[in-house]
Amino acid sequence: MVETAQKTKGRLLEVEGLKKHFPIKQGVLGRAVGNVYAVDGISFYINDGETLGMVGESGCGKSTAGKTILKLIEPTAGKIMMEGSDLAPMNKAAMRPFRREMQMIFQDPYSSLNPRMSIGNIVGEPLVIHGIAKGKEKVERTTKLLEKVGILPEKMDSFPHEFSGGQRQRISIARALALNPKLIICDEPVSALDVSIQAQVLNLMMDLQQDLGLTYLFIAHDLAVVEHISHRVAVMYLGKIVELTDKKTLFKNPLHPYTEALLSAVPIPNPSLKRGKRIILKGDVPSPINPPSGCHFHTRCPYVMDRCKTEVPPFKEVEPGHWASCHLR
Amino acid sequence: MRRAETRAIVLAALLGAGFLLPALLAPWLAPYDPLAVELAAALEPPGAAHWLGSDEQGADILSRLLYGARVSLLVGVATVALSATLGVAVGLAAGYLGGWWDQALMRLVDVLLAFPGLLLAIALVAVLGPGLANVVIALSALGWTGFARLVRGQVLWIKELDYVLAAQATGAGDLRVMAGHVLPNVLSPVIVQASFAVAGAILAEASLSFLGLGVPVGVPSWGAMLAEGKHVLLEAPHVSMAPGLAIMAVVLGFNLFGDALNDVLDPRRRQDGRG
Repeated sequence: MVETAQKTKGRLLEVEGLKKHFPIKQGVLGRAVGNVYAVDGISFYINDGETLGMVGESGCGKSTAGKTILKLIEPTAGKIMMEGSDLAPMNKAAMRPFRREMQMIFQDPYSSLNPRMSIGNIVGEPLVIHGIAKGKEKVERTTKLLEKVGILPEKMDSFPHEFSGGQRQRISIARALALNPKLIICDEPVSALDVSIQAQVLNLMMDLQQDLGLTYLFIAHDLAVVEHISHRVAVMYLGKIVELTDKKTLFKNPLHPYTEALLSAVPIPNPSLKRGKRIILKGDVPSPINPPSGCHFHTRCPYVMDRCKTEVPPFKEVEPGHWASCHLR
Repeated sequence: MRRAETRAIVLAALLGAGFLLPALLAPWLAPYDPLAVELAAALEPPGAAHWLGSDEQGADILSRLLYGARVSLLVGVATVALSATLGVAVGLAAGYLGGWWDQALMRLVDVLLAFPGLLLAIALVAVLGPGLANVVIALSALGWTGFARLVRGQVLWIKELDYVLAAQATGAGDLRVMAGHVLPNVLSPVIVQASFAVAGAILAEASLSFLGLGVPVGVPSWGAMLAEGKHVLLEAPHVSMAPGLAIMAVVLGFNLFGDALNDVLDPRRRQDGRG
């Protein structure tokens, strides 16, 4: 099912050299004494109707990347091309029409819904903001949206605290769908949910993709989840994409040592089966305030060479459709 | 029902029965005209005719106390309504818009907070002239700063939450996000603060009236009654004792009520269906 949806149509989103540096301010005058290099020059594209998974450890900048693409955070540099228009330099007013095209689903279903608003108003608010529907028509459309995600429309006047985590995430999805967007950025939408509920929500998202032709940027730290839902996968480490290719190739033939280590850590259902060599990374992810010189991964890489410590490996297309940044390739 | 809720309800009932209702119903409850001058009955101790005694002019202290409660109530509520409205608006704008707005508004708050509160109120009343409206203005001139600081702090936290980002992602404008998503979620601590502020305003009005800067001469106010009683403190202590105890009871009542409200509305204790 996943493979059939991946017909290479046009490119919906193209990100080029996107950077987000947060200045660290100190003292009364608020002098910038350094930067957090949360997103440090990432480039990728997403085709119409496809799901691009984005994986990495916590703190690698994947959530910041998602929010920056939606311009919820102002980018420091780079281009965000949505259907040919660069969103990066746009102000709030210019962004408004594009808000209908791209939406977001958040990680924590407990903080992503306004506790003082009924779910009918939460889901219907985007319609009011864009002057699409109000009054009776808004109620009708909200009813349809709630039905689509499997929430009883009779609950429209209930408040978020009356729902479980999985239900709240469905409500978030309904809100994201209200404007009929093309792109939905999903920021770890299932990682806060019970495993049994994760599958339900993931399947709902995949069904909606089929029905509505949605495009997802799916941010996660769980490789099993990403393997289930994605067509292509980008691996991030410390603000950079280190490898990007289609799902099958990535899982069979990873080119970057970091991807290799991540894959070796995925639990396998049958422990009696021989698994490949388990690679255990030493230490923690270095701080994005002072990222290591050269290749950011060299402090933890099992194959580290002298060259890695000084020279930044370019992000190059090693084989068709398979990008990696490693001096070994 | 939890203990904090019970406590809040009991205190609210006590304040209602002991302060709000008597103040509202003063014209019907008061046994005498609070302004009556009856020199023959001056400085009578508490007894059957005058339950709380009479003052130097022979006026009934209980009646004056009941009418004085109206002044306290009016000043307390009006001051808090004015300062809370202004403070919430400023705090919301400063916290949400940030940057230049935040700097300018919060420095103004700092400057105002550098003045000793009552001294500024005295100066303002001296300029504006005595009178209830001017007392309210003078007390609000500083009262809003507390609300502004409180709200700004809350807004800085709320505006980073995902539901605010979600609203921004759908294209909601600043006004809609502030009014619909941020404001409703910062109101709980504001209500608690308002309860403390009523106590503060009542006390401040009493202080101003005691100094002769509050209500016009003759109007019964607890602070003014205290001042009148101080000439005869040794011969007739009941004249200042009654308003003094009334001020203490009402201020204590509002503070305890605010405390109980805080426990009820505390987000860490509020049930949100989590966990």
